[in-house]
Amino acid sequence: MTDHKTLYDKIWDAHLVHQEPDGTGLLYIDRHLVHEVTSPQAFEGLRMAGRGVRHPEKTIAVPDHNVPTDPTRIEGIRDEQSRIQVEALRQNARDFGIEMYDVDDVRQGIVHIVGPEQGWTQPGFTIVCGDSHTATHGAFGALAHGIGTSEVEHVLATQTLIQSKSKNMKVEVRGALPPGVTAKDITLTVIGKTGTAGGNGHVIEYMGDAIRNLSMEGRMTVCNMAIEGGARAGLIAPDEKTFAYVKGRAHAPKGGQWELAVEYWKTLHSDPGAHWDKEIIIDAAEIAPVVTWGTSPEDVLPITGVVPKPEDFAGGKVAAAKRSLEYMGLTPGTRLQDVAIDTVFIGSCTNGRIEDLREVARIMEGHKVKDGLRAMIVPGSGLVRAQAEEEGIAQKLIEAGFEWRMAGCSMCLGMNPDQLAPGERCASTSNRNFEGRQGRGGRTHLLSPAMAAAAAITGRLTDVREFG
Amino acid sequence: MKSFTTHDGVALPLMTDNMNTDVIIPSREMKRVSKAGLADGLFANFRYADGKREPAPGFLLNQPDYAKASVLMLGRNAGCGSSREHAVWALADYGFRVVIAETIASIFHDNCVANGILPVALPRAALDRIAAWTSDDPQGRRVRTDLKTCRVEAAGAAYDFEIAPLARRMLLKGLSPIDLTLQDISLIETFSKTDRQCRGWLYRAGES
Repeated sequence: MTDHKTLYDKIWDAHLVHQEPDGTGLLYIDRHLVHEVTSPQAFEGLRMAGRGVRHPEKTIAVPDHNVPTDPTRIEGIRDEQSRIQVEALRQNARDFGIEMYDVDDVRQGIVHIVGPEQGWTQPGFTIVCGDSHTATHGAFGALAHGIGTSEVEHVLATQTLIQSKSKNMKVEVRGALPPGVTAKDITLTVIGKTGTAGGNGHVIEYMGDAIRNLSMEGRMTVCNMAIEGGARAGLIAPDEKTFAYVKGRAHAPKGGQWELAVEYWKTLHSDPGAHWDKEIIIDAAEIAPVVTWGTSPEDVLPITGVVPKPEDFAGGKVAAAKRSLEYMGLTPGTRLQDVAIDTVFIGSCTNGRIEDLREVARIMEGHKVKDGLRAMIVPGSGLVRAQAEEEGIAQKLIEAGFEWRMAGCSMCLGMNPDQLAPGERCASTSNRNFEGRQGRGGRTHLLSPAMAAAAAITGRLTDVREFG
Repeated sequence: MKSFTTHDGVALPLMTDNMNTDVIIPSREMKRVSKAGLADGLFANFRYADGKREPAPGFLLNQPDYAKASVLMLGRNAGCGSSREHAVWALADYGFRVVIAETIASIFHDNCVANGILPVALPRAALDRIAAWTSDDPQGRRVRTDLKTCRVEAAGAAYDFEIAPLARRMLLKGLSPIDLTLQDISLIETFSKTDRQCRGWLYRAGES
């Protein structure tokens, strides 16, 4: 067994500084990302203990969670507490010598979109951030996961992290995806199948033709939601697509180092015969465009389905489903396609990349956002926004009726002014449909960018296949 | 950090499955740059009525029976969702010292340990028995947790639990993980020296 390692085993072994007799490891951390919400208390802790940042050059800082997305934000953040957090990040970056992409920098954006864009994310790295969607970076074959603020402080002070090793879980998606089905549908379908606790204690490696055939953007969408499936991290072995994506970016290896890196990256795959503690196999042909109906990311159904009855479930899920339906204001038996929406949100670290916006623009071709609907697009970074403007996508989407915002996490978690009102129903490309996530009393239906575009056209949850 | 040996406290048997960190503390309650004061935002969406800062009478924590609750009881997959440590700070700031649940999400578990809160996993049957027992008289029927013996004492019985040795040692001694790691800093120095030779592209000029 020891000769046949999984990708996770290989990255773990390469970063193991020390192992306790009980198996707990001290892992070296290659790259660290910090944002304004989960870092101030870590820097506060360093100051109180009189400690510095051990490797400031291995950390970047970017404000994203609570920055406003309206263009007037350059004049200053109006919400006092948000402003204090962003100012604290700025001060901490300056005091500790950390590179920061500030609110007025075109490179600013959601930390998990910025990392890959800047070549900060590379195969075989260990990458951490005080945010659970750090799993996104696993799309490059990097071991990446969220950490708490105490751990942020630990990484700043030591460039290492205390970790217990997770188990290995394989999710294989075989065959080709049917038309209209995207990376988001894959990742939601997996969670629907395994449940939000299905990956607990595991690191998931996604594989199979359907994963291989995804773009890097699609792979990031898949890994991004590994956490919603309960896993510590998601991984996809790097290949030529990965190398091509990384090459030439600001922090990518240069010159002779590039060849050495690629040579090493090519060894980063699970060996045949490696041991898996858990295996899930899904036939891509059976995946449909999906939406969530409830308040857990596992509440997934094909768009052609109907709102379930609580009695369709077993155990504690009966009561949970009942409460979900009440909160969501849905009646069992209603066709999902008959559910009218108030708002469309396109963005987040799950689906705020250029490919997502291109897909929205493709579906919107020749259509308008339905009258009375609030529809906003929040690009994942200033660079995504700029690229969409350069490609002419932005103009088309604005003409179709979308609000065109500045980069940030925005309505994915409603920490900035972009929030749902109580009872407001949203078709959202984000990652969590928890009660109150997008605003107190707000109702979230998770779906792909293409499906969100279709919903924007009709004003109800809609099967994107109607729009080709 | 506060060390943990034993704790005797009022239990709050919410018992919810998949209690996520957004529920424990909504993001809108996290806009502070310090750990103190976060108790105010604990369970805010449920604890306060109609978005105002007035206690919702239906929420267990607001009932006099559960005043000074310090042992949070949850169901499966406790603390799932985001990695926000604010959830644990808010619990600690309120006065919670123990979380007992059927299963506990891993990031939340580690955050508890780092903040002196003892995470305990017990089988569902034991949880239900303790919850039913304490609910009859929450202030009188306290739940006792002993980290030295790794036992929960309640409902006239003792329930053994398991915890990783390192987490146990940290809680018992009130050690922060940073203290622990910095004791062996030479290990990290040796590692990066060797690693630099294998993976030079990771290190920019002047880095170690």
